[in-house]
Amino acid sequence: MQLFRAVILRLLTTAVTLSGVAVIVFVVIRVVPGNPIAMMLPPGATDEDVARLTALYGLDKSIFRQFLIWAGGVLQGDFGTSITTRQPVLGLVLGRLPATLELSVMALVIATVIGGFAAVTGTRLRGTRSEAAIDVANGMALSVPDFLWGLVLILLFGVLWPVFHISGRVTPSIDLPFTTNFYLIESLVRLRPDLWWDIVSHMLLPALALAIPLAAIIGQVLKQSLKETMHLDYVTLSRTKGYSETHVITREALPNAVLPALTLVGVQFTFLIGGTVIIERLFSYEGLGNMAIDAVINRDLPLIQGIVILFAVIFTGVNLIVDLACAALNPRLRHG
Amino acid sequence: MRNLSARVRGAPDRLLRDVSLSVAPGEVRGLVGESGAGKSMIGKAVLGILPRAVEVLSGEILLEGTDLLRLAPADRRRRIGATCALIPQDPLTALNPSRRIGPQMTDRLVDILGWSRTKAQGRARDLLAEVQITDPDRVLRQYPHELSGGMRQRVLIAAAFAAEPKLIVADEPTTALDVTVQKEVLRLIADMQARHGTALLFVTHDLGVVSKVCQSLTVLYGGLVVEDAALRDFFPAPAHPYARALLAATPKYTDPDTSLVPVPQEVLDGVQAQVVAADRGWRDG
Amino acid sequence: MADGRGQVRRRLGLRLWLSAGWLTLLLLAAVLAPWISPKDPLAQDLFLARLPPFWMDGTEPGYWLGTDSLGRDVLSRILHGARVAMTVALVAGTLTCVIGATLGLLAGFLRGWVDMVISRLTDIWMAFPPVLFSILLIAVIGPGLGAIILAIVVIDWTRFARVVRAEAMAQGAMDYVASAQVAGRGRTGTMLVEVLPNVLPLIVVLLTLEMGIAVIVEAILSFVNLSISTDDPTWGGMIAEGRTSVHQAWWVLVFPLITLFLTVLSFSQLGEGLKDRFDPVLR
Repeated sequence: MQLFRAVILRLLTTAVTLSGVAVIVFVVIRVVPGNPIAMMLPPGATDEDVARLTALYGLDKSIFRQFLIWAGGVLQGDFGTSITTRQPVLGLVLGRLPATLELSVMALVIATVIGGFAAVTGTRLRGTRSEAAIDVANGMALSVPDFLWGLVLILLFGVLWPVFHISGRVTPSIDLPFTTNFYLIESLVRLRPDLWWDIVSHMLLPALALAIPLAAIIGQVLKQSLKETMHLDYVTLSRTKGYSETHVITREALPNAVLPALTLVGVQFTFLIGGTVIIERLFSYEGLGNMAIDAVINRDLPLIQGIVILFAVIFTGVNLIVDLACAALNPRLRHG
Repeated sequence: MRNLSARVRGAPDRLLRDVSLSVAPGEVRGLVGESGAGKSMIGKAVLGILPRAVEVLSGEILLEGTDLLRLAPADRRRRIGATCALIPQDPLTALNPSRRIGPQMTDRLVDILGWSRTKAQGRARDLLAEVQITDPDRVLRQYPHELSGGMRQRVLIAAAFAAEPKLIVADEPTTALDVTVQKEVLRLIADMQARHGTALLFVTHDLGVVSKVCQSLTVLYGGLVVEDAALRDFFPAPAHPYARALLAATPKYTDPDTSLVPVPQEVLDGVQAQVVAADRGWRDG
Repeated sequence: MADGRGQVRRRLGLRLWLSAGWLTLLLLAAVLAPWISPKDPLAQDLFLARLPPFWMDGTEPGYWLGTDSLGRDVLSRILHGARVAMTVALVAGTLTCVIGATLGLLAGFLRGWVDMVISRLTDIWMAFPPVLFSILLIAVIGPGLGAIILAIVVIDWTRFARVVRAEAMAQGAMDYVASAQVAGRGRTGTMLVEVLPNVLPLIVVLLTLEMGIAVIVEAILSFVNLSISTDDPTWGGMIAEGRTSVHQAWWVLVFPLITLFLTVLSFSQLGEGLKDRFDPVLR
């Protein structure tokens, strides 16, 4: 019952936050100088044309009325029509969402694997020079943001040793037989390793760039958490049972060390998703972020609104999921 | 264990100074000393869980004739896992909170000794019944936080006997408990030991506890063995002045009102001199 | 144990000095750029386009780090780019710090409705992807140095507000604050005299880290071509230019990238180093 109330409360605060986001975005972009209508029309259009189009997109009404119209549409699943492409915003945004989701999740997986490995190895080698080396590498990875790692990766694996693609989501000449935009998943489902590899070799560098700072954070937090866990008696007891140090760390200490680290990683994962905006730009990856920057440059107001709201939904959604996951993973809460 | 010496890596002084002691099959030996005397260190050395910072300088740890220190680390680990067990100090932190009781009791049987899962389960059930847990099947499925402190201690005692070990080290198993539970746990350990005929090394600072469960005892001071005697010889008249003073300082259950006698300074000086002498011999040697 | 700790401290000290050294050097370069630059950073010369750096074949004397695809001198542009980077770091960092820390201090110390409003605002801010938010703001405000600084302040004040709020709350719960109030000091007085000095080390650390972030944000904004006017040399603009011609002239990307990398690393190492210095547990 208490859990139920907590969930309801969380959902309510989430709703308040999202409405706040909607209002701010709406107001901010109405102040944008530069008339999007003028950009749509061919040179030589009359004032009358401009007025007609302005009315069509509702831009002649007051900001407050515009907001009401837009918010009413949103609640019915209508996010308006993109000014540059003249297609429904929802369709455009949902079309790009899979690309960004696949990239983010791949980055999360890479970060978890690297970070977890670093934490376990560092714990295994505690007190040695190797541990110090891992700590220094961790500190470096943490202090430099994904944007710079992306550039470094482009130089290393795109130019110096060109083994991966540094732009796009898939080689343009390939004809994709896909029905969804989840390329990575669909290539697996359709058992097309050739396509799968082409997609992975496009995604790997941007995903890695996003993953490096997160991996460092996971490594740091998890190692600290492991360090505290390793002092507990049940870990010692497990050692006397004849298990190896690696087994003791991964089987006994790790499951209990993960929980305190998880909340923080959740917050950091939203930062990673935020990072996709610039990383997608950097790698010309056709996802939401890249679309967002184009929308800003083209002053495509409805599209900007849609994308920002979607990002905000993802952010708050991830936080919600992490909280629920923490509750589900904690045996004390599960049976308490 | 013969002539075991150990020290913190790089430190000038030894933590254990040529410690020799033995536990015969079926024997309960008390290992007594004040905190810092090295008694826990000995238990850890036997179980191969010395802190990384501690190095063994010399000596051997013989288990059924094999020197554990000469085995390769992986072999030593498995050997200890198969033949030794630990009853830990604090039942609250000695069970993994995220694993059910059943797997925690049987993992060694399955992974190290290669038992089948069902056989190990049955064994765990029998042992829980032996330590007077009424509904073993339910307890096996529960998580540690669902059990009381006393229950957990029983589970840990039962788990220690699971693999029919040759030697069990009990590391102050009663200090974390209150006095009434203490007695019960002591009796339980003694019963289990008698029934299974296991050798038991009982680490404690409480001579009163030793007098209840042990047949023989070793007294440590500053990592040096100062007394090694059978219980019936020790209690009327310990041979070493420090042990005598320690006995005098222990409150008697029969007469709890007697005031505590601190260990006299000259006795401490005497035993300290003995430690220094032992070190001199070690450095010259 | 003691020895290991000492070694760690020494290594920390070295990192602190290296970072401070690099940043000082950069600050000097920024101030002296017009006098020490070997060439005019804006001068284009298509006959001298894509000259490689000095140790390779086919260079021109004076163009130490080569030229970009318009024949502009890379070294001179990096030196001038330092002016923008350093201005943004110092001005945006300080402004963000002052505004964010003030709001955080107020929220954490006064509690009540002030805290509620500020906390709710930070929550909303956290739901924005920061990069997208900054791009959006620049689109609204228009390009220019002032716009970048404003955008950084508007986005990043929450970093200070959140941390300072938590710390001020922790300090406010301590006995010395209560005793100061019993002794008759007003609320504002207590906040400024008793709480602020104890939160200050934390603020200094955050400020150092924020300066590094500001440099990155500026670079990102110039990278997407929304920074100050395209003529002015910025590291981000150079990186954007270098990214497109990375296969023909890698040096156009590499040198500004190294400079940016070291700068960001230095700010963050300086911040971490200061944190360790201030931390009484480590001291």
